[in-house]
Amino acid sequence: MNPESRPVSPALPEAMIQRPGPQASLLIRAVELLDPVAGIEGSHDLLVEDGVIAEIAPAGSLETGEVEVIEGEGLHLFPAFFDPHVHFRTPGQEYREDLEAGTRSAAAGGYAGVLAMANTSPPVSTAEQIEALRARAGVVASVPVGFLATVTRDMKGEELTDMAELRAVGAVGFTDDGLPIANPRILRRALQYQTMTGGTIALHEEDPDLSGRGVMHEGAVSTELGLRGVPSISESVMISRDAAIAGYENGTIQIQHLSAVESIGAIRRARADGVRITCEVTPHHLVLTHEAVRSLDASRYKMNPPLRSEADREALIEALIDGTIDCIATDHAPHAVYEKEVPYEAANMGVTGLETAFSSLYTHLVIPGTIPLSLLVEKLGSGGPPFGIEPFTLVEGSRANLCLVDLEAEWVVGEDGYESRSANSWCAGETQRGRVLVTLADGQVAYRLRSFSLGVAP
Amino acid sequence: MKHLLSVEDLDRDRIESLLDQAESFAEVTRRDIKKVPTLRGRTVVNLFYESSTRTSSSFELAAKRLSADVVSIKATGSSVDKGETLEDTVDTLSSYDPTAIVIRHPQAGAARLLTGWVDASVINAGDGMHQHPTQALLDLFALRSRLGSIEGRRIWIVGDVLHSRVARSNIQAFRMMGAEVTVAGPPTLIPRGIESTGCQVRHSLDDLGEADVVYLLRLQQERMEENFLPSIREYARLFQVDSRRLGPRQLVMHPGPVNRGVEIGSDLIRSDRSLISDQVVSGVVIRMAVLYQLLTRPDGDPEGSADGAPIGEPA
Repeated sequence: MNPESRPVSPALPEAMIQRPGPQASLLIRAVELLDPVAGIEGSHDLLVEDGVIAEIAPAGSLETGEVEVIEGEGLHLFPAFFDPHVHFRTPGQEYREDLEAGTRSAAAGGYAGVLAMANTSPPVSTAEQIEALRARAGVVASVPVGFLATVTRDMKGEELTDMAELRAVGAVGFTDDGLPIANPRILRRALQYQTMTGGTIALHEEDPDLSGRGVMHEGAVSTELGLRGVPSISESVMISRDAAIAGYENGTIQIQHLSAVESIGAIRRARADGVRITCEVTPHHLVLTHEAVRSLDASRYKMNPPLRSEADREALIEALIDGTIDCIATDHAPHAVYEKEVPYEAANMGVTGLETAFSSLYTHLVIPGTIPLSLLVEKLGSGGPPFGIEPFTLVEGSRANLCLVDLEAEWVVGEDGYESRSANSWCAGETQRGRVLVTLADGQVAYRLRSFSLGVAP
Repeated sequence: MKHLLSVEDLDRDRIESLLDQAESFAEVTRRDIKKVPTLRGRTVVNLFYESSTRTSSSFELAAKRLSADVVSIKATGSSVDKGETLEDTVDTLSSYDPTAIVIRHPQAGAARLLTGWVDASVINAGDGMHQHPTQALLDLFALRSRLGSIEGRRIWIVGDVLHSRVARSNIQAFRMMGAEVTVAGPPTLIPRGIESTGCQVRHSLDDLGEADVVYLLRLQQERMEENFLPSIREYARLFQVDSRRLGPRQLVMHPGPVNRGVEIGSDLIRSDRSLISDQVVSGVVIRMAVLYQLLTRPDGDPEGSADGAPIGEPA
């Protein structure tokens, strides 16, 4: 729109904040490396020195030396995952999750980077709040966290936040997630202003007048159960509207938690028109459908957007495969037991997802052959670029952001409790395959499965 | 030239001639008796539908110093409050057979409408967000007095360009006189496609140092309510020009009224880098020049005046 415009603060603060900690040095031997971004696969030795990937060599080539050794035989090593959509409930809702537990939960899922949403109590609308959150993350966060600020003050949908100032103190982007931006004029102004400030605007897409008081997908199941439904068009019309505004103002938007086949079409059309639009899908939308809601188990199956039909689920998988969907994002939404174990219609919406993102999708989509492992690893790792953050990769000289996974390990979700403060997992009690053993986040050992020890070769 | 509705009605020669004329009137305003008989016996009507301090008072004073009879109508407090239409109001005032009607109105094109209704010369004192030609002229006069020519000079117009008739008139006028114009402000307040008027666009003051002259626009508080800006605070942080941001060799201008501490730092208003007071003074002489040129023959004799003294001599 305005070719001469430049960002206000060319030198922005570092997007992601982690607590300080010892830099790892270790040697992972004969592990099956898979980095779809760098195009590496096969059995390798990988040496980490002081938090940096020092050397990658064919299996068996590297000397053991002084560092700790992990025998990687039979295990897989991926670039760590990145989740651009989590709710860490700080400030104000720490009974559900806090930065310490939330990042621990992320690390347990193989994540070395997460972006925290802003619909807290109060919502994150001021520079002071961003600064306080970043300071707190600098003390307790086991993996780097980036924070989004709200688009509108206190998420009231009426006035813009001081977007330039928020960016200057480190807000990674903007979102009123939890709520749509109902007033198109407000979104338009935000996108115009974004020309100056930068910062992707992430959008929770539903038309509140179409969603109404819906608590699940509007379809055959809602009809039988006698529950109010949310029609798919609630999501897709909003996406079309917002994509059109973004196209007109040359803005950059991320469409959050896609759930419907109509939405995929809207995104494809917008892309064809040259709109800078990216999008994400949750693990639960790739695995479950509204059939699950027959159990009326709100703790596992009530979320926004709702679980939809099998046709929607298949379309989402197809869109993941063909690249229409840019990344997987859990929308990790912790809730207390008393908020979820209530009659379905009264329950809060949302499920956790960080600890099971990989294992649930490996179990339900990779093992049956629906998608290849490389696609899963790629899409779990590609949540950064929509926000201007480079994906992690396993190349010599880069910071160590990686996760060591045992694909054969079987485990029961929630059997040993959760790292998260909340237990509202959509796959609670399910037996899954694929377990994260170790996560390195920006060079630190952020997570180690208690039963897995770093030791010397036998 | 009978009317002055827009800067687009002018060209470089006409502007030079108006500035020269204003210069000659500047001498008059320095006298103790600030009066010339040029428009004696003529009637000038000022019709202001919007509040104004500078423009209305300087038009009134300009006409009086030229010895005209002046009638000033402010819409509020007049029968406009009773619902009288623009046309009816103008009809009523036309019955005084004015030689000139000066009109300020909140809607674009009002002045042009008048030209179809009256025999008088019509001068646009500001119509909606559209044009304010005498402001552009007085700004050029103030600049010429300080800098000489503005050929090749770089002028930055900073602020709410979207809603500003001053910006629209001045971009045209500055460019007509050979200056390079840059507009700067948040993207929400820079009109789409403004580059087609020949200016550059910036969304920060990072390169403000390139400017010779910085022209500040008033930030209207209503803009927050219409979501054009998050807050005054953020605007001031990013776009306020104060004595630190303005370089020692740069000049600052403002059409007034100023919002101290918003678009302009208080300390800058009366500093030696400020042309703001010069602008106000220029307003009177420019408006004298405009009235003079519109209402008299090019050769300088007042139209139909039997006893008018030569221009510049006291009656």
